[in-house]
Amino acid sequence: MANDQAHQAQGGMPDPIHQFEIKRHLDLEVFGVDASFTNSSLWMIIAAVLVSLLMIWGMGGRALVPTRLQSIAEISYEFIAIMVRDIVGASGMKFFPFVFTIFMFILFMNMLGMLPGAFTATSSIAVTASLALMVFVTVIVVGFAKNGLGFLKLFVPSGIPKILYLLVVPIEVISFLSRPVSHSVRLFANMLAGHITLKVFGGFVTMLIGTGGTLAAVSIFPLMMAFALTALEVLVAFLQAYVFAMLTCMYLHDALHPGH
Amino acid sequence: MAAKKNNTQETTQVSHGAGTQEKVFPPLDPSTFAPQLIWLAISFVALYIVMARVALPRIATVIEERRDRIASDLDQAEQLKQQTDEAIAAYEQALAEARARAHGLAQETRDTLSHEIEAEKAQVEKQIAKKMGEAEQAIANAKSAAIGNLSQVATDAAQTIVTELIGGKLTKTEVNKAVSKALAS
Repeated sequence: MANDQAHQAQGGMPDPIHQFEIKRHLDLEVFGVDASFTNSSLWMIIAAVLVSLLMIWGMGGRALVPTRLQSIAEISYEFIAIMVRDIVGASGMKFFPFVFTIFMFILFMNMLGMLPGAFTATSSIAVTASLALMVFVTVIVVGFAKNGLGFLKLFVPSGIPKILYLLVVPIEVISFLSRPVSHSVRLFANMLAGHITLKVFGGFVTMLIGTGGTLAAVSIFPLMMAFALTALEVLVAFLQAYVFAMLTCMYLHDALHPGH
Repeated sequence: MAAKKNNTQETTQVSHGAGTQEKVFPPLDPSTFAPQLIWLAISFVALYIVMARVALPRIATVIEERRDRIASDLDQAEQLKQQTDEAIAAYEQALAEARARAHGLAQETRDTLSHEIEAEKAQVEKQIAKKMGEAEQAIANAKSAAIGNLSQVATDAAQTIVTELIGGKLTKTEVNKAVSKALAS
């Protein structure tokens, strides 16, 4: 609030970074750790509640011929179920709830972020990185639990000349270790950049209208741009959730079948 | 409990208000990591439990039930179709049998009738032939009777004529002989 007023007073463009600020609604500290309830927490909870509502209340009828909401719930279910079955394999179906939760949670956080005034929880590296690390750790734990040291075959692709292992193994190790980085930064950067772009074009509109005169008429162009970008961002919001879930499946596939 | 956090928030606001670039880029601000991670963990774990324990098994049941229902309906439809096909085949066979029997009956009737007709015709012809024979016989009898009568009449007439004309007496035998002679010629 205070920041908003400060910007208005300066008469400049609204700060495109302002939307990413964490605002503490309720200060909490548990065992000396800062556990304040923030706008980020609020929208994460809203996302989790909405997903639960869709998947439980939406399925309320359990009808043979589904209602619209039930169709959405069932289509989401089958969408992820098919993805897990195709990529991870039939033995990977025990990870289905995990992948499903990741997909729906990220999808709803991304989509809710498109609402004006809402906070995009996935536009913070802390959130995406911990999700990515959770997947990374799961893959390592499952990989060693299922295959023992055989999991290390992941770094030793078969069918290449022995001498090339000197080159290939370090590359495989590095690419494996960089997975959580690319996994998390992809989602984070997409959401961040999209929202900044939207805000910048939105800012142009208000700035041009504020100046008045002929420039106010020109504001139609950034407005149209913001309009088009909103559509693009909705697509990106879905796509990034999909990509995140898809990569999770591919990594889980590696954990279950480390031989290339 | 809250005092420390309020402090940090105020300082960021102050620095921002002053327009300096010291402010940390909010998505990368480490001071906000702890509350985000804690609430992320809470909401993610809660959502995971709700999905894995309640929502997904329910959807799986519904989809499974629907799949079973469709499969059983298809089975039933297939069965009914088979029954229909059987009924049609039976009907067609019955129809063919009936047609063959009708044909046989017609043939048989035709044969019987023609036999009867033949027999009756033969009988009738026989009767006609018999009657014809009788008639011929009757005619022959009549003819011979007539001829017999004629010779009698001729004899009588001849006797009378001879008696009248000649005035002589002729024996019957002589007249008969003469008449027979005349008749024979």
